Amino acid sequence: MTLANFKLDTDSDGIVLVTWDMPGKPMNVLDQTVMDELDAIVDHVVADAAIKGVVLTSGKDAFCTGADLTMMQSGAKQFADAVKARGQDAAMTEFVDQAGRASRVFRRIETSGKPWAAAINGVALGGGFEITLACHYRVIADSPKASVGLPEVKVGLFPGAGGTQRIPRLMATPDALQFLFKGESLKPARAKQMNLVHDVAPEGELVARAKAWIKGGGKPVAPWDEKNFKMPSGKIFSPFGMMIWPPANALYRKETYDNYPAVKAILKCVYEGLQLPIDQALKVESRYFAQIMRSKEAAAMIRSLFLSMGELNKGARRPKSEPRTNLKKIGVIGAGFMGAGIAYVTASAGAQVVLVDRDQAAADKGKAHSDALISSRVAKGRATEADKAALLGRIKASADYNDLKGCDLVVEAVFEDRGVKAETTKKAQGVLGPDVVFASNTSTLPITSLATEAQKPENFIGIHFFSPVDKMMLVEIIMGEKTGDRALATALDFVRLIKKTPIVVNDTRGFYANRCVGNYIREGHLMLMEGVPPAMIENVARMAGMPVGPLSLNDEVAIDLSWRVVQATKKDLGEQSIDPAQEKLIKTLVVDLERFGRKNGKGFYDYPQGGKKKLWPGLAGLAGKALDPDTIDVEELKQRFLVAQAVEAARTMAEGVVTDPREADVGSILGFGFAPFTGGTISYIDGLGVANFVSLCDTLVARHGDRFSPPALLREMAKSGETFYERFVGAKAA
Amino acid sequence: MPEAYIYDAVRTPRGRGKDDGSLHEVTTLQLAAGALRAIKDRSNLDTHLIDDVILGCVDTVGESGSDIARASALAAGLGEHVPGVQINRFCASGLDAVNFASAQVMSGQHEMAIGGGVESMSRVGMGAEGGAWPVDPSIAISAYFMPQGVSADLIATKYGFSRDDVDAYAVESQKRAAASWQEDRFRKSVVPVRDINGVTILDRDEHMRPSADMQSLAALKPSFVMMGEQGGFDAVAIQRYPEIEAINHVHHAGNSSGIVDGAAAVLIGSAEGGRKAGLKPRAKIRAFCNIGSEPAIMLTGPVDVTRKLLARAGMSIRDIDLFEVNEAFASVVLRFNQAFDLDPARVNPCGGAIAMGHPLGATGAMLISTALDELERTGKSTALITLCIGAGMGTATIIERV
Repeated sequence: MTLANFKLDTDSDGIVLVTWDMPGKPMNVLDQTVMDELDAIVDHVVADAAIKGVVLTSGKDAFCTGADLTMMQSGAKQFADAVKARGQDAAMTEFVDQAGRASRVFRRIETSGKPWAAAINGVALGGGFEITLACHYRVIADSPKASVGLPEVKVGLFPGAGGTQRIPRLMATPDALQFLFKGESLKPARAKQMNLVHDVAPEGELVARAKAWIKGGGKPVAPWDEKNFKMPSGKIFSPFGMMIWPPANALYRKETYDNYPAVKAILKCVYEGLQLPIDQALKVESRYFAQIMRSKEAAAMIRSLFLSMGELNKGARRPKSEPRTNLKKIGVIGAGFMGAGIAYVTASAGAQVVLVDRDQAAADKGKAHSDALISSRVAKGRATEADKAALLGRIKASADYNDLKGCDLVVEAVFEDRGVKAETTKKAQGVLGPDVVFASNTSTLPITSLATEAQKPENFIGIHFFSPVDKMMLVEIIMGEKTGDRALATALDFVRLIKKTPIVVNDTRGFYANRCVGNYIREGHLMLMEGVPPAMIENVARMAGMPVGPLSLNDEVAIDLSWRVVQATKKDLGEQSIDPAQEKLIKTLVVDLERFGRKNGKGFYDYPQGGKKKLWPGLAGLAGKALDPDTIDVEELKQRFLVAQAVEAARTMAEGVVTDPREADVGSILGFGFAPFTGGTISYIDGLGVANFVSLCDTLVARHGDRFSPPALLREMAKSGETFYERFVGAKAA
Repeated sequence: MPEAYIYDAVRTPRGRGKDDGSLHEVTTLQLAAGALRAIKDRSNLDTHLIDDVILGCVDTVGESGSDIARASALAAGLGEHVPGVQINRFCASGLDAVNFASAQVMSGQHEMAIGGGVESMSRVGMGAEGGAWPVDPSIAISAYFMPQGVSADLIATKYGFSRDDVDAYAVESQKRAAASWQEDRFRKSVVPVRDINGVTILDRDEHMRPSADMQSLAALKPSFVMMGEQGGFDAVAIQRYPEIEAINHVHHAGNSSGIVDGAAAVLIGSAEGGRKAGLKPRAKIRAFCNIGSEPAIMLTGPVDVTRKLLARAGMSIRDIDLFEVNEAFASVVLRFNQAFDLDPARVNPCGGAIAMGHPLGATGAMLISTALDELERTGKSTALITLCIGAGMGTATIIERV
């Protein structure tokens, strides 16, 4: 037996220590070669009577982070290719068989007749955790690096190697469903409390503890293979089962709007599996796993939320020629809500921050924001008083620009006014000189024009944060016409430092995210004016996959801001650039009724003191007409919301504002929550097929107007049959 | 095609469906057997004329399982030659049993059959049977399953019935039921439940609360708030009807059908069968049909099935003198009246299940007797009986006096 991925050491007690350590990889992953070798190891262990038991551990920092997602991402494509080559039936049989491969290998471990103990030395995720669930004993290192979890749902998959069967056999069904739905990782103590591991041991004693269990007569039988095994929650068709299942199905819909087939598959696997013996239950799970692996949701989510996001986080867009910067001290000018948030995330990442505002009180108020955020983490037990002191110690609040001396990068987040920004740039550069990269956090002003105020425009760049800064994971980096590679590299290094995900876009009105979001909100406004019931607008938007309805969102960002944007757009681009129905609505709300949004307690919603917000009853009257809800095509409303954003994303790519579909996709999900199950704005188009998308746009143009008109690029691609990923990412396309 | 005639219709009084209810001590078997025995005894019927016994029963587990119709027929002494079959279409089971019996007669295959139903809700319990629809994710999610109370509240929300509307309806149901009992309008049909010695256990519907008024009902808390909010079902309702911002929970024990025990039986036969038995028909089954309706809102089936049935029978809503629309929840009847723009006086004139109770599998057959007695009392001709049904269905039957 020659093994590449595992090392076997048999001790004098006849216990084999199997150390998983894949050559040339930073982490262990479950791939074909691993499964082949595991099969061989099981054969070997069963055949050799001298072997008393097995301890499985990892030679890397992490135990195993699960399946090879690059391989999984191409599931749908592999299947399509197999159908072409071997026909539907043969391809399907083969695919389903392959989908159950890991599950069968793990089951062989479980039924090998020899005791297997998992010594979980680090992170065990997905299939990496499922293999340990098939071991008869699990001991985890008492280490901050160790955790267990089944995060598959986050990328459109589910734990298909026994996870949906062994978890609900270890804990009550409601807890099991919760654990499987959320995909959260658990620290060792919590894992023990949840009955997911048997023991927690000091790092150095991990393997010894596992061996001790075997030597102590550890039984090579899983609880569910015992004759008298009882399911933790009893039978499904029981009074308790009736209390669990109908609400579980309802809560699935409530949380997902039935947009996530993998989450639904978990429910089905658990429901059907709990009524079966484990071997048949695992078979049923594999069948669902094969179905989900072929789903376009899995392909899209793995690509955008795992692969592309990882690539962007690692600096896919960073100019390779630029040496790595060493950002130790960051200047933040403007201690308002955005600046204060930027200061917080920067200090959290360990850098020194100089937070400057026009007077000390304003600067201190900005720093107090960090105090509030870290204090809340301390209160929740997520940080210590020492962490708090250190973090606050890294922020110097000042009214003196001279304190910016020595900063490696300055981010300006002052009031959105060209004059104020220009003055800020001048004052800062007066202290710093022209060579320190200067970034503007603007959401509306073109970077190229702001850069003219800089001594060296090549060192001027836009870094657009989203609010609230500590929660929103996306950062838009905006290249002015003259922005140079060093500024870009510095900005990307900064975003990496604060552990956010960057997209790099070229300078244009609204950049990328706000253009799409603006279209989304406008679609809600126009529906309202058509007479669509307000609640339907909000609910259908969420059903389409958006995190908040357009009217709620508008209340949050403020309707008077929308009014100013509409007026500015009209002034700059002319009367035809705005929709008169939308203008009329916003004018009525802002000018006539002073309904500005949440900030003054009245917008599209009313915000009663201490109560839940409710749609303002006067809204329906603003349209002057009301449609009968039973005659409204809900599917079309959903399409309007998504297409309005996606077609704008396509325009940004056609214009060269966004140059990489991975950035459009990841940016849309992280920046404005675009229906994650689609993989993002551009994957939504690719997923429908560009030709289908174009024809959908044409239908919507005919019914609702030119705002849905597809750019020439889309028509060209529809003709050639190309996808965005083929055209813009080339070989990387899946 | 032979006509199907109604020769007799009986029902038990309805006992409160709790462990202090009068009929709690009576087994499902004895409840059903009592009704069947009354059919036999009242007409001094030669049971060789009975070709089948069809009983509706919804929760068919434990004592009500394993074909309660055959067991009850035997226990009633109909003789071993009389077969039995139990059917389940949820709340319309009893009416469907009558329709199935009628279909056997109309098809010419049977001459006489008994259709009826039984439910001991106090002994077996609602939902005891389980089932895929509320539980199995493969159907519960796509069918937008929600408990009926949430669906009833959804109807009220969507069609604009306020708490006052549904409470006022309930008060009226109580008043009508009380008046009907006072005037002894049910005397032709109600047969007391007796013990083994012949002593009467119950001879009146005992769920009624004639003193109920707007004030006393207003004190009741809505029943389905918790389920709707914490069980996630309000969200399910809203995703199916997204024009709704929030579900207005208006139903409570006082304006929903009562949980009760009871049984009913209807003797159906052809003209030939009646002649052989020496019986005079009271009415004929003019037409009946079933429909599937939108399963999430679930309880609007009576509207859909009535439209379908009237069209099939070539009738208009004005041809119907009297409507019996099961009072599963107040909003169900209010929606029915709204959809057909009906004078409420023509609908459930003797009160309904809000006052007297809804013994699931039996109610449909009970409504036949209620309608027929009232047609005879008032000298009217035609009645339409319909019930809303779980999972979104409707059953309706038109009877006509002969």
